[in-house]
Amino acid sequence: MTEILSLQNITFTYDPDQPIIKNAVEDVTFSVNEGEWIAIVGHNGSGKSTLARIINGLLFPQSGEVKVFGEMMNEANIWDIRSQLGMVFQNPDNQFVGATVQDDVAFALENNGVPYEDMVIRVENALKQVQMDAFMDHEPQHLSGGQKQRVAIAGALALRPNLLILDEATSMLDPQGRKEVIEIVQQLRDETGLTVLSITHDLEEAILADRLLFMNNGKKFAEGNPSEIFGLGDQLIKLGLDLPFSMKMARLLQKEGVHLQGAHMSEEELVNDLWISNFKK
Amino acid sequence: MMEKMIFGRFIPGSSFIHKMDPRAKLIFVFAFILLVFVANNIPTYVALIVFTVAVVFVSRIRLYFLINGLKPVMILMIFTFLLHIFFTKGGDVIVHLGFIKIYEEGLKQGIFISTRFLVLVFMTSILTLTTSPISITDGLETLLNPLKKIKVPVHELALMMSIALRFIPTLMDETDKIMKAQMARGSDVTSGPIKERIKAVVPLLIPLFVSAFKRAEDLATAMEVRGYRGGEGRTRYRQLKWGIRDTIALLVLVLLGVALVYLRMNF
Amino acid sequence: MDIKLQEIGYSYAKDTPFEKRALYEVNIDIENGKYHAIIGHTGSGKSTVLQHLNALLKPTEGQIQIGEKVIVAGKKEKDLREVRQKVGIVFQFPEHQLFEETVLKDICFGPMNFGVSEEDAQKRAKHFIQMVGLDEAILEKSPFDLSGGQMRRVAIAGVLAMEPEVVVLDEPTAGLDPRGRQEIMELFYSLHKERNLTMILVTHSMEDAARYADEMTIMHEGRSVMQGEPRKLFSDAQKLAEYRLEVPHIIQFQKSLEAQIGHNLGKLCLTEEELAEEVGKVVRRERDQA
Repeated sequence: MTEILSLQNITFTYDPDQPIIKNAVEDVTFSVNEGEWIAIVGHNGSGKSTLARIINGLLFPQSGEVKVFGEMMNEANIWDIRSQLGMVFQNPDNQFVGATVQDDVAFALENNGVPYEDMVIRVENALKQVQMDAFMDHEPQHLSGGQKQRVAIAGALALRPNLLILDEATSMLDPQGRKEVIEIVQQLRDETGLTVLSITHDLEEAILADRLLFMNNGKKFAEGNPSEIFGLGDQLIKLGLDLPFSMKMARLLQKEGVHLQGAHMSEEELVNDLWISNFKK
Repeated sequence: MMEKMIFGRFIPGSSFIHKMDPRAKLIFVFAFILLVFVANNIPTYVALIVFTVAVVFVSRIRLYFLINGLKPVMILMIFTFLLHIFFTKGGDVIVHLGFIKIYEEGLKQGIFISTRFLVLVFMTSILTLTTSPISITDGLETLLNPLKKIKVPVHELALMMSIALRFIPTLMDETDKIMKAQMARGSDVTSGPIKERIKAVVPLLIPLFVSAFKRAEDLATAMEVRGYRGGEGRTRYRQLKWGIRDTIALLVLVLLGVALVYLRMNF
Repeated sequence: MDIKLQEIGYSYAKDTPFEKRALYEVNIDIENGKYHAIIGHTGSGKSTVLQHLNALLKPTEGQIQIGEKVIVAGKKEKDLREVRQKVGIVFQFPEHQLFEETVLKDICFGPMNFGVSEEDAQKRAKHFIQMVGLDEAILEKSPFDLSGGQMRRVAIAGVLAMEPEVVVLDEPTAGLDPRGRQEIMELFYSLHKERNLTMILVTHSMEDAARYADEMTIMHEGRSVMQGEPRKLFSDAQKLAEYRLEVPHIIQFQKSLEAQIGHNLGKLCLTEEELAEEVGKVVRRERDQA
């Protein structure tokens, strides 16, 4: 397994000159392997977005090291690293640079000096991947939030990145838009084995990940696969998150004296268990 | 009211003029502005009007719509006309009412100057109505490219302009939202006594600035992450294509120039 | 205060080449004291309807009755102050409307525009800042120094301090994390219960509509296509699908559960708690029989 990204004991504060230092991120260590889908979850202000900025070299940590593709990130290789990381931000409007969909997708290519003939092909392919190729000439104000985020994903894909970072990319979208974006990311992973790092407080999004990193007050509170993390139950709720629907339902049912066994990550599992444990004769 | 203004707006279409290269259109309009000053007598002005109407026709933009949309500009034109009528002296007196004297020359100049004004406004409006702002920017950037040699930051200026254009609708939307939110809190810029309205501007402007700065910051971050570091080593996705229709259009303009000079010399 | 929309039509930029029709023959009855949800897909016209509720937009067809006031299409209306005071709107991302130097001044802004004295307005500010779950000490801070969640609460307090009889909510929890979302929704629900405020929730969250609303209107392509109790409207999943809406998660779950166990529960459940209770009843009955 190739390690794409690794963070070692990262500590970061926004104002290092204050007498009482409040760390936005404190002693965080984790890594992402090729082909994985990692989700960083936590309530607003838990430090998860600061992490994203550190990964992208927008912020440099006061201590600890960031390695991308085995290379220590520094001022000299930062542009090279950025060209291999695609990033989608929260606000669909504030990251749309181009006048039309195709111009926006081409933006990063232009910046990296990709020749025109090559750009045309890449823009078209990237837009096809997110199913926005019918909207090539549309202006951003005529697109829905979900469509704009898909264009942003295409803009990242056009660069053929090794890692796609979604920084709360679905949090400002309506349910339809959220669904669109998540479906596209899932499909990309199935088809191309893209490595994804998503920062989110949407549990339905987090549950799709292979591994979760649960942040609280700038620290890594827990790390594990979805059933391990959501198995934390009350602790999650206390720290401002919620449980996925099937687990919440299971807890309420047990309170009513309904027999259940095992964990329930999906609704089918829960329905099945309910049936077997209570009705099947 | 603002909704009816068409000055500076773009209406998508597929006419001959819509399809022209923005560079050709810019050269065309610029040359036309110069040609307008060749006109000095009735035949030349008639030629200009006929030509302008022909261009409007080719652009397939409804004349009624143009006239309606340019009403605010018309007021300016009428004002110039009146100014000339009352203040330009020369030739015979045509009207004499008390202390008001209107001279033949005044009437002639009034009509000429307002016609000049009218064709200029029409022609530039046709340019903006048939060319997306981003194409105009592209055209300008390419035409001004030689200035890079004397250190004019042509690329940066063009990028600034295109981003500004891209964000106009977003900020308009934002203004509308904040205005509505403050109206709902009882502060209204759109009605009431003037003093109250001025007071109501602050609750509108501050949030608008805050949000514009926030957007600018987000945008700068997004651009940086996507590898933007100035114009150097950048390739261009938007390519302009000079076609046969562009050459034709410029030839037509040359013909107009020849005609105007001929009419000026012989009548 | 009842609000009645009768055959409302609305076009943006009317009589220009940019004219865009947003509403057609919209009829909505909002009864005094009810919690009314208006739901629909993005672009269904629900935000345009929202702006009619306190006359920020005036209909181009039809008429609206807001309490005593009747606003008829095409007629000039002078005094809309009273309407705006009685119907408070919490817009989407309301923190974008903050502008004053201090939180206190910002909360007082609304009430004072409607003629409340400074002293009274400050009293209200103190009262409502606590109601939205913030500390009184925050009143002296600049709203721009607060966290996103706190700003949202301050903005909400600013609308509540106008003491409206009707509170209109436009996606009030957009962008919040799960806990923030729940707290804000519960806050409005308790206001509705304790003070008998009429609540109008404009949302695309089926879950919120199911949990809180007494009555519901569904908007689709600029028309009001259905109105009724949530339990009734949600029972017809097929009809909802026509309007590109899904029934709430909980109802989908109940359906698949019923299919598995082979018989239907007593009623359609709108919340997780309600469903757990119903299932509990059935399970106990099964056990007793066995």
